[in-house]
Order: sequence, then structure tokens, then C-alpha cells
Amino acid sequence: MKKIIILGAGTAGTIMLNKLRKALPRDEWTITIIDQHRTHYYQPGFLFIPFGIYNREDVIKPKADFFPPGVNVIFDETDKIHPEESSILMKDGTVHKYDYLIIATGTQTRPEETPGLKGDLWYKEIFDFYTIEGAMALREYFKRWEGGHLVMNIAEVPYKCPVAPLEFVFLADDYFTKIGIRNKVKISYVTPMSGAFTKPRATKMLSGLLEEKNIDVIPDFYLESVDNEKKVIRSYDEREISFDVLTIVPVNMGSEIIERSNMGDDLFFVPTDKHTLRSEQYENIFVLGDAANIPTSKAGSVAHFAADILFENLLSAIEGRELHAKFDGHANCYIETGGGKGSLIDFNYETEPLPGTFPLPGIGPFGLLKNTRMNHYGKVMFRWIYWHILLKGKEMPIDPLMSMAGKCKNC
Amino acid sequence: METRTIAGKSVSFTEDGYMSDMHEWNEDIAKELAKEENIELDDLHWKVLGFLREKQAAGVSLTIRSVGKSGIVDIKGFYTLFPGGPLKLSTKIAGLPKPASCV
Ligand SMILES: Cc1cc2nc3c(=O)[nH]c(=O)nc-3n(C[C@H](O)[C@H](O)[C@H](O)COP(=O)(O)OP(=O)(O)OC[C@H]3O[C@@H](n4cnc5c(N)ncnc54)[C@H](O)[C@@H]3O)c2cc1C
Repeated sequence: MKKIIILGAGTAGTIMLNKLRKALPRDEWTITIIDQHRTHYYQPGFLFIPFGIYNREDVIKPKADFFPPGVNVIFDETDKIHPEESSILMKDGTVHKYDYLIIATGTQTRPEETPGLKGDLWYKEIFDFYTIEGAMALREYFKRWEGGHLVMNIAEVPYKCPVAPLEFVFLADDYFTKIGIRNKVKISYVTPMSGAFTKPRATKMLSGLLEEKNIDVIPDFYLESVDNEKKVIRSYDEREISFDVLTIVPVNMGSEIIERSNMGDDLFFVPTDKHTLRSEQYENIFVLGDAANIPTSKAGSVAHFAADILFENLLSAIEGRELHAKFDGHANCYIETGGGKGSLIDFNYETEPLPGTFPLPGIGPFGLLKNTRMNHYGKVMFRWIYWHILLKGKEMPIDPLMSMAGKCKNC
Repeated sequence: METRTIAGKSVSFTEDGYMSDMHEWNEDIAKELAKEENIELDDLHWKVLGFLREKQAAGVSLTIRSVGKSGIVDIKGFYTLFPGGPLKLSTKIAGLPKPASCV
């Protein structure tokens, strides 16, 4: 029997598990999936929890509900990958050998990387919404908050779902307006990038939204530390911004197992061929989802598109053929803009988000870089699609590679 | 897209003022671009520029943190070399694309 191990049962690992089990004969291939946690989180839903739009129950389900029959499931702690021996060492000393390994360990937030971030105010007046705990704590806090300065800060790039903090400030504007205290709330968006938007077309089409909603943008702010006593965030060039409540995207890094196995870059993302999705170092290792260092967004939609390519290439590798499928970095993200509207971006390694329409057979079209109700429904629908179609590795009516149909180059 | 003559060479730039093609770059161009930002390039600057160009060519995303871990300078030192926006300025002078997010 030949063996495939999938390390990590999040979005990417679960999609691959379903695809592979369907394709590979059971009498030839054992497929094993390993994760230390049993609960699957619908992470895009975390964004809505602080505003009481979703509850905990809306974003969690048992991981095992999405596993097909005929696979080995291991819920236990891992220690190291030994790529030279093609094996995985578990904390309890057990060793699992593989012929092929798919790394899908995602990215996790590391608040401890920033001095002072996990200090006295953590989950009292400083929150992340990239974890269920942070999102729930912020929900409780917002119920009682009477206003002040809300600072949304991004500690480091890259981080997963690059539009999530923008969506957060849009939804915050909407929420405080609805509960009648928007005039007592100042919202600042503090980013290490050169602006909230950095690509020319998106800047042109969407930056007006921030002004319209009275959200201050403070660019080029690279977080050094958080001062809990003075309630300020401090940058490396010694600028200070004071806050009443700080919501933060902490430094994102690859999984600790990548660190322990010495297989990552300086943020512990795995060096991966951006077209074939194979590890740059090891022929029998592929990398899917946020764990890879490929230069596109870390997003569920990317994992979904990339899964089709990885699947093709893994089958090629198994049959000793050349890896002919080439990933283009395709990403497709809805951006909630508040007030029941949303925007949509669709792009890849080469093509920045362009305006136009996004055709989706049977449902669309959606408006690219436009602010519409239809796009908001797209985001709402995404949760259903995520649980019922995406995770199960079923076909969706979107091509894995980006298409220029509907896009306008010169708008 | 805009074309300017720099150090005797015709060089094309994007709307944001970054060079469109990192292969058009040379050290004389870098000196001129640095001058436009009021920076005089010394040894340490050159090492950082070299590091960034190497990483970019390898397809790695550039971050302030990675420069800080490069062994050339720490993050504070990087700010001293390129005051204001170290990654922004250094990539510009190194002839690399603008560090951007997806939108
Ligand atoms: C607030 C927020 C909003 C978002 N919004 C969107 C959106 O609108 N659209 C979109 O497309 N994406 C969105 N995303 C991003 C999306 O959720 C992720 O990109 C996606 O889940 C990545 O899938 P993954 O499998 O790579 O990682 P994950 O789904 O995070 O899974 C990684 C898995 O690996 C496991 N693991 C880690 N280390 C180990 C180890 N050592 N051993 C075993 N298992 C391990 C973890 O337990 C986890 O189950 C959002 C994310 C957040 C946080």
C-alpha cells in the first residue's frame, strides 16, 4: 500500500482529502489526515462575531463531518516532519511514513511576537478577531462600549485574508451608526503598507469609501510595541498612536511544526514553487493553502483554486509524469463594506484587481470593485458554499485559473 | 507608465514611481534614485539593496522583518538608513516593484 499524509485538516487539507479519496483506488492508497484539533472553524465568519451578526454556533462544526469514508484520521499532537526520511514524528513518539506529504498547516497569529501586545489589556481593551476567543471577547466588549478611539492595526505582512481588517472597520462604522454612537467613535486604520489600498485600480475605485465613512488611514506604521500603561501603539520610527480600544491583526506565521522541522522561511512559511505547488526542496512534498510562501493572498478561495492544480500535479507525480498544471495565484474575495453592501475582487499573480463584472453561471453577475447589494449576498452565500461545496471538494462553477471575462483593463 | 532618462539610460516607471523592470536597474541608476530621496548610499545601503534584489529575484515577498533578520541591519538600523518608509524607499532605489497588498 502506498501512503499519502495530509498534515492539517483546515480548509485546504479537508478539500484535498475529499478530492484525493475520490480519485485514488482504496486498495492502492491509504490516505491519512492529521490535525491536533477536532473543531473546524469557518474563519471568514469571525469577522461578523464582534458585531453580533454571527454567533459561535454559526462558525463551528466538527472537522470529522467533512471527512469522506475510507480515510485514516489522527487527532493528536505532532512533533516534527522528517522530510529526508519521508516521515512524521508525533509527540508521543509514533512515526508515520508517507510516499507523498501535503502540508496544509495554515498560518496562525503570534501576538507574543510583539512586545506588550499580550500584556494587561489583552482581551480587556486589546483584541484580535482572527481567533474565536478574540472575536467573542470583542463581542462582549462592544456590547458595553460607549465610544472613544477604535484603532485597527495590522502588525505585519503577509497576513491571511488581506481585506478582513478593512471589512472590520467598514462593519464597525455601520454597527456604531446603528446603535447610535458613531459620533462618539473615532475609527483609525493603521497599516504598515503605503495605504489601505495599494493597487492602482482598487485605490481609485474603493478608497473613497474610507473617506465617506470617516475612517482615518495612517499608512507606513510598522508596529514595534504596545504600551499598556500609556495605551499607545509605538512604531519603529517612534511614532505613537493612542487608543481606547485596539483591534489588531497580530503577526501571522506558519505552524510551529514548520519552525521545529526547519522547513520554513523567516516567517515559517514553506518555500513552494508558485506554479506547481510542490515544495522547492522535496520532490514528494506539496504545499496547499496559507502554509505556502507563494506570493498571493492567504485566503480560502486561493486554497480552493490551488487544490485543483495541486491535485493534477500530484497525480502526475505519482505516475512519473512532468507537473504540467500551473497555478496562477487566482484569488476571489468578497469585501463587506457595511450597510448591506459589498465589493468583490478577482485577481492573480500577474493581474491586479480590475473593475468590471464577474460572471457566475446561475447566480451572478457580481460587480468587480463596485459597491453593491449583490456582492454582499455573495459573501452571505459564501458560508453555505463553504460548508456544503467547497470543503467537500465538489466542483464549483468557477475556473481555478483567473479569467479575463467581464474585466475591464482600461477602466 | 512613464519614461525618464536616469544616469544616461532611458528607464520606465510605474504610476507609483517604481521601476517597471528590475533588470533595467544598475548602480548608477540607484545612486540617482537615492539622491532624489535625499539619501547618500553607503556600504550598508548597498548591502540592503543587494539583499532585497536577491530575495525579489527568488520570488520571496519582501518585508521589513526579513531585512531585520538578514544580519545586515536590525529594524531600527533599517529605519536609520532609509528614514520614513524604509521598505518603500529601499525597494524604489533597488529598482523593485512596490511592496503591495492584494487591493
Ligand atoms: C477573520 C478572517 C476572515 C477571513 N475571510 C475570508 C474570506 O472572506 N474569504 C476567504 O477566501 N478567506 C478568508 N479568510 C482566510 C481563510 O480562512 C484561510 O485562508 C483558510 O482557512 C486557509 O486554509 P488552510 O487550510 O491553509 O489553513 P487553516 O484553515 O487555518 O487550517 C490549518 C489547519 O492546520 C492545523 N495545524 C496547524 N499546525 C499543525 C500541526 N503541527 N499538526 C497538525 N495540524 C496542524 C490547524 O489546526 C488547522 O486545522 C479569513 C480568515 C480570517 C481569520
